[in-house]
Amino acid sequence: MIENRPLSTALAYFWLVIGVLVVAFPIWYTFVASTQTVRTILSPPLPLLPGDAFADNYGRAVFGGLDRIGGVSLGRLLFNSTVVALAIAVGKIVISILSAFAIVFFRFPGRMVFFWMIFITLMLPVEVRILPTYKVIVDLGLIDTYTGLTLPLMASATATFLFRQFFLTIPPELVEAARVDAAGPMKFFRDILLPLSKTNIAALFVILFIYGWTQYLWPLLVTNDNQMTTIIIALRKMVSFADADTPWDMVMVTSMLAILPPILVVVLMQRWFVKGLVETEK
Amino acid sequence: MAQPRVVFPNKVLPYLLLAPQIALTLVFFFWPASQALYQSALREDAFGLKTSFVGLANFRAVFDDPSYLNAMQVTAVFSLATAALSMCVALVLATSAERIVRGKTFFRTLLIWPYAVAPAVAGMLWLFMFNPAMGSFAYMLRRAGYDWDPLLNGDQAMVLVVVAASWKQISYNFLFFVAGLQAIPKSLIEAAAIDGARGAKRFWTVVFPLLAPTSFFLLVVNTVYAFFDTFGIIHAVTGGGPAKATETLVYKVYNDGFVNLNFGSSAAQSVILMVIVIGLTAIQFRYVDRRVHYG
Repeated sequence: MIENRPLSTALAYFWLVIGVLVVAFPIWYTFVASTQTVRTILSPPLPLLPGDAFADNYGRAVFGGLDRIGGVSLGRLLFNSTVVALAIAVGKIVISILSAFAIVFFRFPGRMVFFWMIFITLMLPVEVRILPTYKVIVDLGLIDTYTGLTLPLMASATATFLFRQFFLTIPPELVEAARVDAAGPMKFFRDILLPLSKTNIAALFVILFIYGWTQYLWPLLVTNDNQMTTIIIALRKMVSFADADTPWDMVMVTSMLAILPPILVVVLMQRWFVKGLVETEK
Repeated sequence: MAQPRVVFPNKVLPYLLLAPQIALTLVFFFWPASQALYQSALREDAFGLKTSFVGLANFRAVFDDPSYLNAMQVTAVFSLATAALSMCVALVLATSAERIVRGKTFFRTLLIWPYAVAPAVAGMLWLFMFNPAMGSFAYMLRRAGYDWDPLLNGDQAMVLVVVAASWKQISYNFLFFVAGLQAIPKSLIEAAAIDGARGAKRFWTVVFPLLAPTSFFLLVVNTVYAFFDTFGIIHAVTGGGPAKATETLVYKVYNDGFVNLNFGSSAAQSVILMVIVIGLTAIQFRYVDRRVHYG
C-alpha cells in the first residue's frame, strides 16, 4: 500500500462485492431453482432462498432415470463425464511428457520435424476439421465408445511445450550424474524427471480435467446413444423452451451436478489451478 | 535449445516415446485436415453418387453467400464484444483486488469458479434467468415495460450470448490481470506517487501501459475463445437464431456439414477457419516472444 486512502479502498471492496455477486448469482439462482417444485420454477419471479423440494428433486434425479433422455440415470451421466475428463487429462499428460522427454533428452534424425508436427496441431482445433475427423471416427467404428470420446482429444501441443520448457531448466549435471551412475534413460525418467515434474503435472491435471469435463462439440458428434453421452450434452438434450413439458426441476438438478465436480476441483486445487493456467497460457 | 545439452545416446527409444503423440496427430489432425483441403475442391451431386473437381468454386460460393458474410459479421461483433466486456470487468476487479489488503484469497476463490463451468452450461444458466417463459429477470424486465424476448429478437439474443460468454471468461482474465499487476515493480508506482500522480492519473499513465502486454495477450486469447470455445453457448442457447442473428462461423460449419449436409461448402469453410486460426496463432506467438522483455 503506497498511501492510505480509505475512500478508494472502500470503492475497491464495493467493486469486488459487485463482482462476486455477478459471478456467483447465476449459480445461486440455479441452485435455488433446483430446490423448488416445477410449479414454483414456472411462475416467476423465483424466490431468492432455497425451497423445500431439495431432497425430493435430488432424490428423484439421482435414483430415478431421466425420462426425457430415455431413462438414463444421472449416475451414469456423471460416470461418463468423469471417465472422459480423467481419460483426457491423464492421457494428455502421459503422451506429452513422453514426447517432451524424447525431444529434450535425445538427439535423433527428424527431431525438429516431430517437434513442428506437434506444434502445428495448435492450429488445427477440432472446430476447423469437424467433418473429416468425424468420418475417421465412423470408419474406425468408435462412435458411442469411450475411446472415440477421448482418444482424438489426447494429442496436446500445449502440454508438450510446458513439459519441454520445464525439462530445459533441468541442470545438465543431473543427466550427467545419472549417466555416470549407469542409469538408463527410463530409469532417469522414472527416478529423477517424474518426481521433479510433480507440481507441473498437478497444475496441468486441473486445467486438463476441466478441459475434458467441459467438452461440447466432440461428445455431441460422437455419441448417439444417451447411455454414452456426457452430462453436459444430456443437459442440452433435456432443455426445450418451446416444449411445455420440459422437466425443469430435473434440468436444474442436472445443471447443478454438471457444474459442481469441476468447480470442486478448481476450488480445492486452487494453487495448482492458478499455476497451471498462468503457465500453460492456454 | 541452442546450447549443446547432455543427452542419452539411444537411437530407437526416442521414436518409441514420440510414437503415441505422433500417431494421434497423424490420424486425428493431419489426415482430417488434408481431407478438408481436398474436399474443399470437390463438389458432390445431389444424390452423393458422383464427385467432381471444381477448384476454387466452393470458396467462391462461400464468399458470395450472404449468410456467410452475415456469419463473419456476427462472429466479429460477438468476439469483440465478449473480449471487451469480460476484459473490462476483469480489469476493474483485478485492480480492486490489488488495492485491498484483507480478504484477497477469499475474493479470488469466489471469482475463479466460473472458469470450471462449461460454456454451454454457462449459456443455459443465463437463459434460465432471462428466458421469457420462466426467467425471473425476463419477468422483471417485462414488468418494467421492456419488450424482452431473446428467442425472437436477434439483438437481445446477441446480448444474452455475449453476457454468458463474457461471464465465463471473467475468471481467466482476472487471474492474468492480477499476475500482470503483481509483476509491475512497486518502485515505479511509488515514484509516481511521490511525483504526485494519484488514483486515476497514476493508473492510466503508469499502470495501464505496463499492463499492455498482458492486455494484448488476453485480447488474442479471448478472441480465440470467442471464435471456437463458444460453439456450446450458441448451440445450447440460440441455435444460431433467431433468423441467423447469432450464427457464428464455427456454428455455420457445423450446421452446413451436419444438418444441411453440404460437404463441399463445409470443407471450404473449414479451410477458411484454418487460415484464421493460423493467423491468430502467429500473432500470439510473435507476442509471446516479445513478452520476455517485460518479464
